[in-house]
Amino acid sequence: MIEFIQQFINGLSLGSIYALIALGYTMIYGILRFINFAHGDVFMIGAFSGYYLAFLFSFSTFTGGASVAMAIVILLGSMVVCSILGFTLEKLAYKPLRNSPKLTILITAIGVSLFLEYGGQLVFGADPKSFPTLLENKELFNVGGAAVFSNSVVVIIVSLVLMILLRIIVMNTKMGTAMRAVSFNHNVASLMGININRVISFTFILGSSLAAAAGILFGLNYPKVDPLIGIIYGLKAFVAAVLGGIGNILGAALGGLILGLVETFVSGYLSSTYRDAIAFGILIIILLFRPTGLLGKKEIEKV
Amino acid sequence: MKSKATVVITLSVLLLSVMFSSCNKSQDNVIKIGQFASLTGSEATFGISSDNGIKLAVEEINSSGGVLGKQIQLVTEDNQGKPNETQTVVQKLINRDKVIGIIGEVASSRSKAAAPICQQNKIPMISQASTNPEVTAIGDYVFRVCFIDPFQATVMSKFALNSMKVKKVALLIDQRNAYSTGLADNFRKTFVEMGGEIVEEQKYSSGDKDFKAQLTAIKYKNPEAIFVPGYYTDVGLIAIQLREIGMSVPLFGGDGWESDKLTEGKAKDALEGCFFSTHISTEDPNPLIQNFIKKYRDKYKIEPDAYSFLGYDAMMLMADAIKRAGSTEGDKIRIELAKTKDFKGVTGNITINDQRNAIKPAVVLEIKGGKFKYKETIAP
Repeated sequence: MIEFIQQFINGLSLGSIYALIALGYTMIYGILRFINFAHGDVFMIGAFSGYYLAFLFSFSTFTGGASVAMAIVILLGSMVVCSILGFTLEKLAYKPLRNSPKLTILITAIGVSLFLEYGGQLVFGADPKSFPTLLENKELFNVGGAAVFSNSVVVIIVSLVLMILLRIIVMNTKMGTAMRAVSFNHNVASLMGININRVISFTFILGSSLAAAAGILFGLNYPKVDPLIGIIYGLKAFVAAVLGGIGNILGAALGGLILGLVETFVSGYLSSTYRDAIAFGILIIILLFRPTGLLGKKEIEKV
Repeated sequence: MKSKATVVITLSVLLLSVMFSSCNKSQDNVIKIGQFASLTGSEATFGISSDNGIKLAVEEINSSGGVLGKQIQLVTEDNQGKPNETQTVVQKLINRDKVIGIIGEVASSRSKAAAPICQQNKIPMISQASTNPEVTAIGDYVFRVCFIDPFQATVMSKFALNSMKVKKVALLIDQRNAYSTGLADNFRKTFVEMGGEIVEEQKYSSGDKDFKAQLTAIKYKNPEAIFVPGYYTDVGLIAIQLREIGMSVPLFGGDGWESDKLTEGKAKDALEGCFFSTHISTEDPNPLIQNFIKKYRDKYKIEPDAYSFLGYDAMMLMADAIKRAGSTEGDKIRIELAKTKDFKGVTGNITINDQRNAIKPAVVLEIKGGKFKYKETIAP
């Protein structure tokens, strides 16, 4: 039982990171109906921004000097960096193609993804970097051997707070209402006086800053970052978004958590050999019975 | 239409000139030796350290007159730590650069990718540090200057039982890495034969970042130590996460741990008091070793690790075999390499046996304050 609890916490903290990245996929899909394959690499840039910001703020030693205020500054700083990146990517790469066939923009996204991965190898170097200790990892409590450490809890809480904030932005603000309107129909929304370009830019900013947060939380829990981490984490988060129902914000969060938990339990109780096979197998089964994902709604294509 | 044709013609002329210019470069007064190494990627220090050692050897050979009256020219290719990239660059070294011998690599899975190509083209290959036994079994053109994993497994089994005094051990294996699975198989066999017990076995794939699920499963089997035959990048993360789930047992592993990046960051504290077996200790007072360290420091301003020594020896042995053969023909060099007996290397005397492996002792190092401290030597 204690082992189960510990594995559950492991799974939740892994799943929270998937969920944060998945939110970006799902929001951009909801608005533009295209999969931004470069999103996983925005997550990587987020982690690296945190790495360099930490050094900028004289975080010269890897241990010591960790403070909550500093961690928050670095988290926000890297969210700003990725917001700018997301904004620029959309303006330079995707906006000129908005009226082109869907395939064109999809291939462009793959191109942007490769550009960030291999550009990253050039700029940051290809070897993994040790992520600095932003927060001291303290043992919070220990019930009969099930140790709960602060970093896993921080990951879960920060993700939860960000997701609630996102929900508030989407449901209760004017921009959020505009986002929902655009996701229904671009033309009608623009007829109603909504500035589509601004809404799309805002969506990219929001999604990219969540990816940056995921990058920092990733570095906190798994302190090794390299320019290619975006590939596998981006793919997993994409799967999580599809699992929950792509385009659905709550679905992305749920999908991320389910994927994290399944992976952890398969690795812990069966064998990590089957981890990905079982995680993706579950995706196939769910899509067989619910083709739109767990929380996705059926869409009627109007011809 | 016309402009299109012009572009096509210009491009083809450019392409052809590039192809020819690289073909015409083969000079007669040099002997080309190829090297493939992981100069970038997640095991970059393997490639960089041994590359530095090899370059040091080439410099010495050339300044003392070269081989057969010719200078050695080293052609280095980066395989980014990927087996498929390795095949591409080795093909290039053999077919385009026309090297007459190849040195590489530290990682067994990459050496295994390159060996069949060298064998097919009859180009002798010396691996400086691939310890998986299957590497040299690929063919009679493939050699190595280091010990092999069955021996390394025996060393660590003996060390665990006699020096660490642990009997219940868990294994954490990198299932995508030939070195890791091979070393684990050998360790499991010898450790159980010697009276130890394997209480749990878990697997991961190199490049994974999350090991908590596997480590938690290991934790509840209560091992006294965990054997992790992986590479340094993953081992650091494993150690950090092991401490994060509240486990304090020591980790121990093989020569894949050898890198100054192993104890970077948080891993420094997490790996305190852990052990690994490797080829040499830089604390060894042997003048050959200390002399090498001094030369290396003067040239690169950094400390060498075991792979610098092995790279140096591999290059020296290759040059020696060419000298003995009096020829640059692959077949003749191969015959001389196989005859190598008591070759004076910086990592000890090298004698190549029937399986084209070197027989050498291993050392066990302990990690103390982020540094590797000599613990003991175990002879074959």
